[in-house]
Amino acid sequence: MGQYRFNLPDLGEGIVESEIAALHIKVGDHVKEDQPLIDMMTDKATVEIPCPVDGKVLSISGNIGEMVAVGQALVIFEVEGQGNEVAQNNSVEKQETEIIPVKEKSSPKMPSAKIPSSPKPAPVAMPVMSSSSRSFGDKPMASPALRRRALEANIDLSLVPSHDPAGRITHQDLDDFIASGGRISQPKAKKRTAIEEIPVIGIRRKIAERMELSKRSIPHYSYVEEVDVTEVEKLRVFLNNNRTDAQPKLSILPFIMMATLKGMEKFPECNAHYDPEHSLIRRFSAVHIGIATQTPNGLMVPIVNHAEVRDIWDMATEMQRVTEAGRTGKASREELSGSTVSITSLGKTGGIVTTPVINYPEVCIIGVNKIVPRPMVMNGTDIQIRQMMNLSSSFDHRVVDGYVAAELIQYIKGLLEQPATLFM
Amino acid sequence: MEMNCKLLVIGAGPGGYVAAIRAGQLGIDTIIVEADRAGGTCLIRGCIPSKALIHAADKYEQLSAHVGNAYLGIKIHEKPSLNLKDTMTWKESIVDKLNGGVEGLLKKAKVKLIKGFATFKNAKTCDVKTNDGLITITAEHVILANGSKPTELPFLPFGGDIMSSTEALMLDHVPEKLVVVGAGYIGLELGIAYSKLGSKVTFIEAEDRILATYDKELTTPVLQSLKKHEITVHLGAKAMGFENNHLLYKDKDGTEQKIAADKLLVTVGRTPNTKGFGLENMAVDMVGAFIKIDQHCHTAMKNVWAIGDITGEPMLAHRASAQGEVVAEIIAGKKREFNPNAIAAVCFTDPEIISVGLSAEQAKLKGIETIVGKFPLMANGRALTMEAGEGGGFVRITARADNHVIVGIHAVGPHISELSGEFALALEMGARLEDIEGTIHVHPTMSESFSEAALATLGHAIHI
Repeated sequence: MGQYRFNLPDLGEGIVESEIAALHIKVGDHVKEDQPLIDMMTDKATVEIPCPVDGKVLSISGNIGEMVAVGQALVIFEVEGQGNEVAQNNSVEKQETEIIPVKEKSSPKMPSAKIPSSPKPAPVAMPVMSSSSRSFGDKPMASPALRRRALEANIDLSLVPSHDPAGRITHQDLDDFIASGGRISQPKAKKRTAIEEIPVIGIRRKIAERMELSKRSIPHYSYVEEVDVTEVEKLRVFLNNNRTDAQPKLSILPFIMMATLKGMEKFPECNAHYDPEHSLIRRFSAVHIGIATQTPNGLMVPIVNHAEVRDIWDMATEMQRVTEAGRTGKASREELSGSTVSITSLGKTGGIVTTPVINYPEVCIIGVNKIVPRPMVMNGTDIQIRQMMNLSSSFDHRVVDGYVAAELIQYIKGLLEQPATLFM
Repeated sequence: MEMNCKLLVIGAGPGGYVAAIRAGQLGIDTIIVEADRAGGTCLIRGCIPSKALIHAADKYEQLSAHVGNAYLGIKIHEKPSLNLKDTMTWKESIVDKLNGGVEGLLKKAKVKLIKGFATFKNAKTCDVKTNDGLITITAEHVILANGSKPTELPFLPFGGDIMSSTEALMLDHVPEKLVVVGAGYIGLELGIAYSKLGSKVTFIEAEDRILATYDKELTTPVLQSLKKHEITVHLGAKAMGFENNHLLYKDKDGTEQKIAADKLLVTVGRTPNTKGFGLENMAVDMVGAFIKIDQHCHTAMKNVWAIGDITGEPMLAHRASAQGEVVAEIIAGKKREFNPNAIAAVCFTDPEIISVGLSAEQAKLKGIETIVGKFPLMANGRALTMEAGEGGGFVRITARADNHVIVGIHAVGPHISELSGEFALALEMGARLEDIEGTIHVHPTMSESFSEAALATLGHAIHI
């Protein structure tokens, strides 16, 4: 029997540390090669790391939410044969030599030195306890003294919630139940004093960091314009009614993406990243459109890359694919990084005006508000009911002047109001 | 003579006398009626006298082990002699002491003890034949604690050389050949004791194993001990009759066999005492042979309560006592119910067995996924110093796999019965494995085996 030490592998793109998002194993488990081991959270994506060997889990260094440096020991297995661990007591020295050098491609400021891997004792994993194991009909679990108290107070213990992971009812639980009105007194509003502390970890922490970075470093301004989408809506309905089975059902978003693509081509200063460290603007010839997507874990921005080579159907298909991948947590790093411009749309809950936050280090974000029928004055005197939609967009004032922003949005407005021009 | 009282208790066994004392403490005007001596089967002809006999047998066997050799460095030159009559006198002195104690406690609690047999005319009225004549008692509440008696087989009627456990506790000499029908806990306790006292003991058991209600892992050390004591066990064998001091039986192949027996002990279970005292006049409901009760030990008849063996399994003294306390307090106006998580059962065989809660198999039937850990007494220091490490004894814990709440504890080994209290406490308190792990157990004691078994269940016992 030997030991096999598994260190956090290089996750690519200059990542030097990563957060444990999920543990699929616990100490003592017998595991097979390639079964899911640990989910690591990188800047944007959750990466599932498969088990490298067959064996038994001896220790896991870290818990969910903890940061682990690349190269740091993550899991030690007991394996048939020699393993990769000669002896345990030379681990400090060994650890250093095993560290995989960090690539510096996209993080020029990262020190090139080895990552200090803080040696810490491997905590023994506790079994995951269910929050309350008592299912309906189970006898409530309580000490004899507590059972007697409940009986004397006319309280059916099966109604008393337990805060113990094993489902035992404590005297405190019973006190709380009685204080909260329980069953015996009239329900009465009670002042609440509890404060729930929710650790900001995982994707939520990433969102917070990125939003803070964007809002702190970018002088935002927003520009709002209304767009008459009556014609493009007619076209959309027509296309949906005549699509083939292979073609997806279109929402308004692919049309806005088409218009954005054309806008970026005409105003390349908006299809750019600003790098203030180097006083540099990177204009991209490709247009990679980030689509802000609400996922169960929070906001993510999956990307429809190379919009310039896609038609409306392809745009819609790819958009649906990447946003679904984002929602189900299956988006790859590539599908979550490298956008040149972003679109944020809340659909039917889109409101009248939003002030979108720019997806750092981009310089422009197009916000889509909801479509509502409004009476509009047409041709000077004629009042018609038109399908109206506002675009609320934000720009980085350091590199995009208000004039350019206004021109871009007016251009997009024109494309959407005369939808034939989208396809010219 | 006519008497009235608030509470009438029938039977002064461990159910009845405890109910009466508690009622007396609570100021309830109480009469208890007992046809025999106060103390019941338990004190007079069950638990206590059998444990006394077992102790004497152990001592005799232990002393004999030192004859002629220097076992443990102690040598006895002459074989110890046994006078069973004197042993029984000593045993009776304990019974007398406890019987007197119970009567004293009843008196102290201001409970009136009437000696005689009660026959009910209706649910609340009975006639008691006493030495001083007939007394008619009418009560507001009645607790039936009539207990049970050894089950008699029609083809092996008690009398002469055919004994129930009662007679087996009153012999004045050790039978040369003792045959025991029924290898349940009562038969095994007494059979092993007589074997140690010098009898050649043979068991006839109808089931294909001894102690059929316990799992095989638990009974294996007992089987080994039987072998060591040269006790023969015929499994799957059916007793048929007793003639000229020979038991006729069919062996497991159906062949008729004959075995010589100076005494025949029949221990095939216990029957509740529901006949012959007017129960039919009390309008209570029955479940099989037993009186039906609810969680308050209340029968179908208003203010008629029943506790102990007359209400069904498990027929254990400590269950009866617990029920007795509950009922007395309910009658005193308190809110109570009889609702234990578990009732521990102990076999005072050699070695002893404890069972409390569910085994893994029983839990599985209830849909509970479990983890099981075991600690051998062989690895317990204190056990070794008491010669209790040999014989395959162990403590075994069964816990829920999901949250580690302990659902059952089973153990086998010498002296192990004294751990039963902690086992029962663990189940009543809903202890998790980690609770036992986190409770420091005294070294060197047998109880360390319990915390080690918890560690073993968690996968990291220290001493194995």
